[in-house]
Order: sequence, then structure tokens, then C-alpha cells
Amino acid sequence: MSSTGTGIQPPSRVIEAARSPVMASAFAGRTKVLPILELALLIAASIAPLLLRDYITVYATRVLILCLFALSFDLVWGYAGILSLGQSLFFGMAGYGVALLSRDFGVGSIFAVLPAGTLIGFVAALLLAGFLLLGRHPSSVVFVSLGTLTGAYAADRLARGSHYLGGQNGIPSIQPMTIGSHELSEGPGFYYLVLAILVLIYLLSRFLLRSQFGLALAGLRENEQRIAFFGYKVQHLKAIIFAISGAIAGTAGSLYAFHEGFVWTNMLGVVMSTQVVLYVLFGGSGTLIGAVIGTAIVEGLSFWLSDNYRDIWPIILGVLLLLVILFRPLGLISLVLGERERVGSFGPSLKEKRNAAP
Amino acid sequence: MPLLEAAGISKVFGKLTALDGAALTVGEREFHGLIGPNGSGKSTLMKCLAGALVPTRGKVTFINTDVTSFTPPERARAGMSLKFQITAVLPTLTLYDNILLALQARSSLLDLAFSRTRGRLHEEVMTMLLQFRLADRAFDAAATLSHGQQQWLEIAMALACRPRLLLLDEPTGGMSLEERRVTGELLQPIKQHCSLVIVEHDLDFIRDICDRLTVLDQGKVLASGTVAEIQANRSVQEIYLRRA
Repeated sequence: MSSTGTGIQPPSRVIEAARSPVMASAFAGRTKVLPILELALLIAASIAPLLLRDYITVYATRVLILCLFALSFDLVWGYAGILSLGQSLFFGMAGYGVALLSRDFGVGSIFAVLPAGTLIGFVAALLLAGFLLLGRHPSSVVFVSLGTLTGAYAADRLARGSHYLGGQNGIPSIQPMTIGSHELSEGPGFYYLVLAILVLIYLLSRFLLRSQFGLALAGLRENEQRIAFFGYKVQHLKAIIFAISGAIAGTAGSLYAFHEGFVWTNMLGVVMSTQVVLYVLFGGSGTLIGAVIGTAIVEGLSFWLSDNYRDIWPIILGVLLLLVILFRPLGLISLVLGERERVGSFGPSLKEKRNAAP
Repeated sequence: MPLLEAAGISKVFGKLTALDGAALTVGEREFHGLIGPNGSGKSTLMKCLAGALVPTRGKVTFINTDVTSFTPPERARAGMSLKFQITAVLPTLTLYDNILLALQARSSLLDLAFSRTRGRLHEEVMTMLLQFRLADRAFDAAATLSHGQQQWLEIAMALACRPRLLLLDEPTGGMSLEERRVTGELLQPIKQHCSLVIVEHDLDFIRDICDRLTVLDQGKVLASGTVAEIQANRSVQEIYLRRA
């Protein structure tokens, strides 16, 4: 990223400069590609179960849950520049939490287990943020990434060694989630439930990230020290977004537990948290939709490759990932999305401007 | 009571004594220049004022508060603002967003999350951009600006925090003559509400805009006074002659 201009401007700049500021602001950075892409994906996801065979719908449900998980990582890394390598900690803890609720207390109502899982993720992330982010002086990226990684690793080991948590085998045969008297098992019903939750959380995240709070996060990501000099409480911002991201990972983890019907130590560990990093890097960080696309493509490819190239598919997938990161370091999303739209523009909407005018 | 008072400031890096009992007093709405040969400790003193460095000894008082051990954000909230020597605009954000980011620093988190101050701050953002002759570029990425324009954007951002005291470290570094002249013009109107401490190599520039000067040499204050007094000072002339 270069921070110095060349002084020589392409002709289009001159034309832009000729516009009055008011005119310029009316046309400024209003998104074009992004909403179309989002809408297209939503439509595709909505009709998919009608076209797919049932076992593929089940697989697609799992992918949607992982999309939600990837969203939580994009929030911290793509928007706030916090490299959390322990995102699975919140995913897995929530998964184990709801599994225990189901096993030991027979609680399976969606209105109890989803909020519980979300809360577990939120509280766990807040506690970890207290250790890693809330010093008087900002902590380094390496410190935070190693701290979160260690957390995930430790949780994995602890769960493996714990008899109460089922050791290596985890907690099998969790009862299905219920809505009232209706039991929710895998299939189109579960698929649409997850899709609805994903869309809701996506929209809430989108709202937050395009607000002035999102601008503060963009500043945090670009130059943390600079915005601290403006008077921002940088550590608070980080802790808040980290906790929100933990909550989303928790929601995803509890959905995953009920969808798969069991939880095991991998959900907590390093494998899961590096997988989510790959999803987001592949799709492109800092756009939300990139995380969704990355997850869908990586998982879709694995599914297809493992069917057709049974022995060498991980190698093919690995090479593809490397190629994308080598030639498209901003992820696949950068093929269709320009720099301005990716970073975003935080000026007021036309309506707000009209209200502000005397 | 002066706005800023730094007394007996020393800063030791290992065996190197960068500052050795330096002092500085800045009054309300005073433009104060900090000059001296390379390595005299100007930038170190500036960093001690801004909180980027904690002095080994000495005390910094700002609006009757001892801020010596305040972190930079705490100082910013107390009313100090710093423009970095190396430009630190946020290159991928638009000029508009750079200024808004600075202006909204005092909004509450809830106001930020619901974008409640965005409409209200719009006018202010555009006024600042106009004042610094950047309005026609408002929605370009800051990275596309020329070096001089980036410096102006930074000064605008530093001022957007509505400071009582602005610290400028070499604002005209790398600027053309014309850009320097404009920078001087841009700085004049802020005197109505803000004091200034400025480190600058360009002595003509300093002489034109400052009320008082402090000359540092080898970490100590060699002289401090009005521009006329400093110009007539023999020992100041000597260190600059010695250098030339």
C-alpha cells in the first residue's frame, strides 16, 4: 500500500476535480457491484434446496453455518485488523456448551440454546479480550495471534483430557433442536433456519460496519496509533468488536453442534481456526460477502474434489489456495470489486445531508 | 498561567543524552517555533510533549494538569493534537472519511454505531476541506494526493480534534516553495483558537509565522524569546554559522 501520491493525475481526476464538492458527494462511492452480488447470492441460496438433492442440502447447511463462522473472523481481521487465530475457541466452546445443556439438562429449545451459545461465545471472547487487548498500551498483532492460538490449542487439549467432556470422542448423539413441539433435523427446514440467521447477522454486521463505528474500525485497521492520537479508545474498540465476533462464532458453533448431532475436540482446536482464516483469505477479507464466497467455494471445491480425486484432492485444493493468495492477495472478491467499494465510503447519505442543511 | 509548560526535561537513550534539562513555555494563542541544528533534540522534545516518549526526568504541565505520564490518547482528550513528521493520513480512505474520523473521535460509541453524528458533522467536514483547499478531492482516496496536499490533510485532521495546542513536526518537509507559502497562510487563521508548537528547518517559514522561538543545541535550551530577540542573539548566530 503506497501512501504517497505521484502528483501526476490521470485525466479522469481532472474531470472529477472540476465537479463541485456537492456534486461529487452526490455521486461519491455509492456502492454498485456489492448489492447486486449480495442479492444474487441470496437468491441462489434461497432456491438451492429446491434444486439440490437432499444429501447435498445437508452439506450446504453445514457450509452456511461455516459461512457464519467465517463472518465472525472477517469482522475481527478484515475490519479491525485483529489477527485472531483462536476463533474456533468461541465456536467450539459454544458447541460444547449447548451439547452439555442438551445432554445434562435436556434443554433443546432453539429459544434457549441459540441465545446460550451466543452468550458463551460473547463472554469467552470478552474474557480473552480482557487478557489480550485491554492493557494500557496497545498489544502487538503477534501477541494477539499467538495468544488466541494458544487459547484454542489449550482448549482442544483440555477437552481431550476431560472425562466430563467425553475426551477424544467428544459428546455424541445430541438430541435435535426443537421449535415448540417441532423437532428440527437436518434437511431443508434446518437449511432455511440457518439461512435466515445468516442473513439476519449479515445485515446487522453490514449496518454496524457501514456506520461511523465502521469508520473507526477502518481507522483502527489502517493505522491504530494514528487514531489513538485522535483520542479514540483503541483497546475498547477492539474488545467490543472481538466480543461481537465471539458471539457470532458462538451462534455458529451451537448451530453446528445441533446440525451434526455431536461435538468433538476439533471444533475447539487449531484446525478449525486455521480453516476459517483460509476461507476469508480466499474469498477476500473486509467485505463480509468475501467471507461467505470464500467459505462456499472452498467447501464446494473440497466436496467435488474429494469425490473425483479421492487421493490427491487436498493437494489440488492447497495449490489453488496458494495461487489465489499469490495472484489475488485481496481474495477472489477483488476480481469484481474495486478498491473504493471494498474499503467503503462513510460520508452521510443524501437524506442525512438534507436534514443537516439549514 | 501558560497553556503548556515543560520544565527540566531530560531524555536518555542508553548512553545518549538527547535532552538535558530542556524547558519550554507556550502561552494561549501563541505560535512557538522550536529550532536548532540536527540532533539538537527538537524532535525528541516534541515527542515528549506529545506523549510518544516519556521523559527520563522533568515535568510537562498542560492547562494546569501534570500530563507527564499521560498516554497520547489521554493527551489528545485533554486538548493536544499532533501532526506526525512522516505523513500518517489513512491512505485507502477518502479525504472526507479521514476528516470525519478525526471529527467524530469524541462521539460516544452508541452515536457511532447508529451514525447519529454523521449528518451534523457533514458541514464541518466540508468546511475544513474547503479551508485547506482540498474540497474538490473530497471523495478521492488520500493516497492519490500530492505530498504537499497530504501534509495539509494531516494538519486539517490534527485541527479537527479541536485542540487547544497543535504540535507540528516539520510540516513543510518536502514541500515546494509555493506549497510552503500556502501552508503559512493556512496556519494563520487557527491562531484565533489554538496555540502552536512547530519544529521546522525552514527558518524563513518559522520567522514568518511564529511569535516566539526556542533554540535548542545539544539537548539544552540555548535561547528563548521573541523572533527579534533570537535574531539578535550572538550565540544563536554562532551555532548556525558553525553549522554553515
